[in-house]
Amino acid sequence: MAISFDKAFGIHQYTIGARSQRAEVLAANIANADTPGYKARDVDFSALLEQAQGGQSTAVALTRTNEQHIAGGSSLDSSVMYRTPLEADTGDGNTVDINQERTAFMENSLEFQTSLSFLNSKISVLMRAIKGDSA
Amino acid sequence: MSLFQIFDVSASAMSAQSVRLNTTASNLANAESVSSSAEQTYRARRPVFAAQLQDALGDGTAPQGVEVKGIVESKAPLVKEYNPAHPMADKDGFIYKPNVNPIEEMADMISASRSYQTNVQVADTAKNMLSQTLNLGKG
Repeated sequence: MAISFDKAFGIHQYTIGARSQRAEVLAANIANADTPGYKARDVDFSALLEQAQGGQSTAVALTRTNEQHIAGGSSLDSSVMYRTPLEADTGDGNTVDINQERTAFMENSLEFQTSLSFLNSKISVLMRAIKGDSA
Repeated sequence: MSLFQIFDVSASAMSAQSVRLNTTASNLANAESVSSSAEQTYRARRPVFAAQLQDALGDGTAPQGVEVKGIVESKAPLVKEYNPAHPMADKDGFIYKPNVNPIEEMADMISASRSYQTNVQVADTAKNMLSQTLNLGKG
């Protein structure tokens, strides 16, 4: 009987990828907290996860009809969206709410760690099965 | 692994905030730099932040770092003071003081150092997330 790693690891192998992508978007928001005109963004997590799970990106492939065309690697990633600001106007067009972003970043990294510890325990179960330890 | 990009983004924000701290330090240091003409007087400096330009072929969803576009001088009026006894006074007895408001500068300094701190924390969290991923399955 073969071990199916895909089944053994469950959803968590995909969530860590999606979580790290979300961490990136939130880090950019925090970095640009003082940049005039910057609009805060976040990801649609379920869309991101679906994308990671299905292995299918929503990328739009561009057909090159001429050798001299630049290979366009453009992907219309629909999962990154702009956040609706809580405050109507901050004066400089910036929509980053630093409290919200910091909390979201912290929450996201904790969820990342949760997924990692789930994966770790799955791996140790598999290791035990492979080694045949009773302990 | 996209977590590596967080380091670039946070580092750009940290350097932008340190430019802001530098200009604040320069403004505070020169707050009392008196001169005898309006042209020679020190003017408060402010950095201009902008989100880093996107890759032209990108989709506009890539994370953006912070870019310092440049440093501009404040357009606020200088302080012209009648003080004929001052050694720097011009022929009419006026001295010119910089348009630096120390209270404003102090508030800006605190804001810059807090933002810097936040970005250090973000980079630190990203580092922890990465090292935990690297240690996956070890224990």
